[in-house]
Amino acid sequence: MNNNLFVQWADQTPQIRKNILQMIAKAQSGHPGGSLSCVEIIYTLMAPNGVMKYNPKKPLERERDRFVLSKGHACPTLYAVLSAVGHDISQDELMSLRQLGSRLQGHPDRARLPYVEASTGSLGQGASIAQGIAMSYKLDSLNHRVFALLGDGEMQEGQIWEVALSAPHQKLDNLTLILDYNKGQIDGPTNKVLSLDPLTDKWRSFGWEVSEVNGHSYSELYTALSKKSPRPQMVIAHTIKGRGVSFMEGNTDWHGRAPNVKELELALQEVAANRQIGLSN
Amino acid sequence: MSGKIATRKSFGMALADFGEKYKDVVCFDADLSKSTMSILFAKKYPGRFFEMGIQEANMIGCAAGMSFMGKIPFICSFGAFLTGRFDQIRMSIGYANANVKLIGTHCGVAIGEDGHSQMGLEDIALMRSIPNMVVLQPADDKECREMVEWAINHQGPVYLRLTRQELPQFNMDKFIPGIFPQLKMGEKMAFLATGGMLEAALNAAEGLAKKGTGKNPAVFNANLAKPLADNFMMNLADKYETLVVFEDHTVMGGTGSAIAEWVSQNAKIPRRVIRYGVNDSFGESGTPEALLDKHGLTATKIENYFS
Ligand SMILES: Cc1ncc(C[n+]2csc(CCOP(=O)(O)OP(=O)(O)O)c2C)c(N)n1
Ligand SMILES: [Mg+2]
Repeated sequence: MNNNLFVQWADQTPQIRKNILQMIAKAQSGHPGGSLSCVEIIYTLMAPNGVMKYNPKKPLERERDRFVLSKGHACPTLYAVLSAVGHDISQDELMSLRQLGSRLQGHPDRARLPYVEASTGSLGQGASIAQGIAMSYKLDSLNHRVFALLGDGEMQEGQIWEVALSAPHQKLDNLTLILDYNKGQIDGPTNKVLSLDPLTDKWRSFGWEVSEVNGHSYSELYTALSKKSPRPQMVIAHTIKGRGVSFMEGNTDWHGRAPNVKELELALQEVAANRQIGLSN
Repeated sequence: MSGKIATRKSFGMALADFGEKYKDVVCFDADLSKSTMSILFAKKYPGRFFEMGIQEANMIGCAAGMSFMGKIPFICSFGAFLTGRFDQIRMSIGYANANVKLIGTHCGVAIGEDGHSQMGLEDIALMRSIPNMVVLQPADDKECREMVEWAINHQGPVYLRLTRQELPQFNMDKFIPGIFPQLKMGEKMAFLATGGMLEAALNAAEGLAKKGTGKNPAVFNANLAKPLADNFMMNLADKYETLVVFEDHTVMGGTGSAIAEWVSQNAKIPRRVIRYGVNDSFGESGTPEALLDKHGLTATKIENYFS
């Protein structure tokens, strides 16, 4: 039904991936793996006619949906998407990532860049901040939603499980957590380091509405993220770390290192050639 | 060993070596073993290494429990994330006098581009507020190695603050807690430099002496923030009119504060202590060089400041 929309989005995505790679290459540091795995997720939320209700021309108005990037190291993706959807972040500013004085810090800094809802980078804290925003919407009878994106490694932090317990108790039907389930962290595959399984059962038993989707499929993401539920929602998005660049895909070595000139060139070619990622099933 | 080496790497190599001799040593990490270099121990003694995943608080508690069973746990993460779990450290380790060794790496603005969230900037302030805690900061490879062995043999909690960046070798006397190794003679003024700041402070002091500024500071390696040794501190305060403490850490509560507190309370003659570090501001992204320069933590900036 929204197929035209998703085709439009898929057309935009290579440019976002390209920016992410160039930003990280220019900074010669950063996290390509976990940035490339969440491109479709963040774009589904913020794209024109996407899931989130907000006005990019008035990005700070009080009444809007909000998004918290809890896995802060993936901020190149957030910055690239904010820029693509019309926030005042120019192409030049994108390339200032991680430079002294830039608003685009290596991990999101709310005090410098007000479009990021929380200062993150110490994993495990963003879900609680999103919960607080959701509680505040209730308090003020604002009919808006808040989303937070978590990493699978991040989900090992105890604080996430405090939110798991607390949000259903508070009846926060306006809170949606999204898991970028790319199966990798730094010291290895997530199921070797500390397995989350059985993940769906855990969240369901805590009282959450749980969906599992292909995290690179715009149609699946859109359907799951637009869904209304009387319960807080957990969207488990199955993704591939480093998605879009064959030599980065599924390789934990690319969690936190920048491509060199040669690698960047190869990566950009692949990304430009692949306009189908968001349309996968 | 003569090249430059990061103290986190010195730590990893030392722990891997000492694991042979000290069979009760065990090691924990929270998904940063390739950065803290605990991976060197993990590879050699897989059965005595525990990968906890991203669970610093749980790691702290487990280490406390293991220490009560007679093990000597080393727990490793970035200093920011480890000391960020202050209550767990305060209660499970400090209050219980648990025999746990805390390894905080990636300390200071010198980590560079990752920015504030990953920088240990308040770790010394936090750790030295806990009774029982020994707070150490090696300035080179040999000293780090000696501190690791000292920590293994010391009964009680120890915090070891380590750098991401590589540091030169200074060929100092063997580590004795409370005695700051002296690297340069001088008069009236003493530079007390910590960890990654030692090279810059030493070069600045030599520059000041050469350029006929009338200043010729002595230089010491302030390798310990707690417990300061009264005898050593008394000698320092007797001998020098001004003590300058250099640290890649906030000046609020760091090694400079520790020394200022000691001197203001105990020195026989009132002395001036200058805390020279990160002035009550957050860290940020930038190259290590640019950030050190911004905070005045380079030899040139130090030299200019005291000229
Ligand atoms: C509290 C905390 N501990 C450790 C780190 C260091 N760290 C940064 S990213 C990362 C791995 C994250 O894995 P995951 O959440 O799966 O992220 P992704 O795979 O999406 O990149 C770690 C351990 C951190 N940022 N915060
Ligand atoms: Mg992951």
